[in-house]
Amino acid sequence: MNHTTHPPDHTVRERTGAATAAPPPARTAARRRPTSQQWAAWAFLAPVTLYLVLFYAYPLYRNLDLSLRDYTVRSFVQGNAPFTGLENYRKVLDDPTFGPALVHTVVFTAVCLVFQYAVGLALAVFFNQHFRLSATLRALFLVPWLLPLIVSASTWSWMLNSDSGIVNSLLSVVGVDPVHWLTSPEWSLTSVIIANIWIGVPFNLVVLYSGLQSIPHSLYEAAALDGANAWRRFWSITLPLLRPVSAITLLLGLVYTLKVFDIIWIMTKGGPADASTTFATWSYRLGFGNLLPAFGPGAAVGNLLVVAALVFGLVYLRVQRKQAMA
Amino acid sequence: MNSPHRRGRTAWKTALGLALTALMLFPVYWMLNVSLTRDQDMRKSPPNLFPTHATLEGYRAVLDQQLPYLATSLVIGVGTVVLTVALAAPAGYALAKLRPRGGGILNFVLLAAQMIPGIIMAMGFYAVYLQLGLLQSVPGLIVADSTLAVPFAVLIFTAFMSGIPGELLQAAQMDGAGPLRTFRSVVLPMSRNAVVTVSLFAFLWSWSDFVFASTLAGGGAHEPITLGIYHYIGNNNQEWNAIMATAVVASLPAAVILVLAQRYVAAGVTAGAVKD
Repeated sequence: MNHTTHPPDHTVRERTGAATAAPPPARTAARRRPTSQQWAAWAFLAPVTLYLVLFYAYPLYRNLDLSLRDYTVRSFVQGNAPFTGLENYRKVLDDPTFGPALVHTVVFTAVCLVFQYAVGLALAVFFNQHFRLSATLRALFLVPWLLPLIVSASTWSWMLNSDSGIVNSLLSVVGVDPVHWLTSPEWSLTSVIIANIWIGVPFNLVVLYSGLQSIPHSLYEAAALDGANAWRRFWSITLPLLRPVSAITLLLGLVYTLKVFDIIWIMTKGGPADASTTFATWSYRLGFGNLLPAFGPGAAVGNLLVVAALVFGLVYLRVQRKQAMA
Repeated sequence: MNSPHRRGRTAWKTALGLALTALMLFPVYWMLNVSLTRDQDMRKSPPNLFPTHATLEGYRAVLDQQLPYLATSLVIGVGTVVLTVALAAPAGYALAKLRPRGGGILNFVLLAAQMIPGIIMAMGFYAVYLQLGLLQSVPGLIVADSTLAVPFAVLIFTAFMSGIPGELLQAAQMDGAGPLRTFRSVVLPMSRNAVVTVSLFAFLWSWSDFVFASTLAGGGAHEPITLGIYHYIGNNNQEWNAIMATAVVASLPAAVILVLAQRYVAAGVTAGAVKD
């Protein structure tokens, strides 16, 4: 979910085995009375289908409609805004914020992904060994992922406070001058990246750990007998055999990280001077952050984000289906 | 490898594990520490590493000011859980056991729905709710928050209910139970674990939601705790003990879930992300 990384946003997807996992008896039953069972099935599905239309499809349609009209506050309420085609999208592309927002979105997503994955993998390998308290400590690592994002974001805000934050206080011990983490354009993007990595590590740890569990132990034993050291075993066994799980983890992480909003908005509001603005915060600011809301351009930015998320989402589904069939 | 040697090696790993966990959870400790700090120590440099002069002032402020927000969040959380389970459990049963035509498409739509950024959903909901007069209402926020959980919940229920032996359902049918009866008396009781997992996540996500709260409930009479904290940060930048105390209280559901239901959480996180 936003979860997302919340996790991120937070959240986790499920590969369903509906078509393959049911045992044979149900299948014969299905063949015996197909029509009445079809009616029953869709009766059970009716509420959720209606729900998807009303509360997913319709808001998305309204969002698309918003982006194609010239809305003002008045016409937003009255609903008679003139249709302007792609005018809002052109406005957004010409906006001086577009370039920085694009760069920040790419940098934020890429850096978060690399560090979340690397740290998550290192921790997964570490916790995959047997030692006392291993399971308990691994469970505690879930905490950052479970905390409400507003809690994580406000805690990091205070830790990174220029004057009274613990981070600057610790840095001064080793002789580093105070860093204006959240209030200087040079550091604000780094600050929100650090906080988001912290939130995303647990998801990577848990998923990669369960991937490690499925690698047969005998492989490591055989490699150890052949004289391969731990480093070598990691590169020639763990990493290659973990590749399917890694692909899924990274793609899901990508989709979640693209839409990260809460952390950035709460810590910096995308500032100062757009220094940490991404598409998600820019869209929100256009729609809700000003006294005079620009719903049209806000929706346009949001829809660009939807397209990006869905493209990577489809790649994810493809990879997952390929793995499920393999 | 002899056994004292081995014990020595794992002790070293346990120590490293403890150190890493301490490092990872430092922000959580810091939140607790600041929540117990006195006002006059708040701007001290360097800050106190331990709550030596611990005070409960911050928590008193929570009791005085934040209880309505917490109550709203509780109501919205419970409402989201009920709505999510009510919608998703029957759908999971149908997808897992009744093989509807078009079920594959529905599955695909559910997966795709989870990819949509919350901020886009929020903007769409805002436009819709403005027309319907549902802005700043508790039912409106419950419905919006449930969109965070419903697709996930359907997929969890489907995966779980696929594992229920078909013979059991057939036996129920032999005894004359229709699909509704079978669902209520056989499938649902057997899916307790799935209900627990879904409820935990639905509650946690709605409790934690900030995007929908700030767009759909901001300024209203019923604001959830995430907005309570957000206003706090905006209004009184000085009383960080009160802000952090609220944050601690807002983290309690996560803590309870971790202690009581850790295995459900891990199951939810890994569900489907990994091929078994």
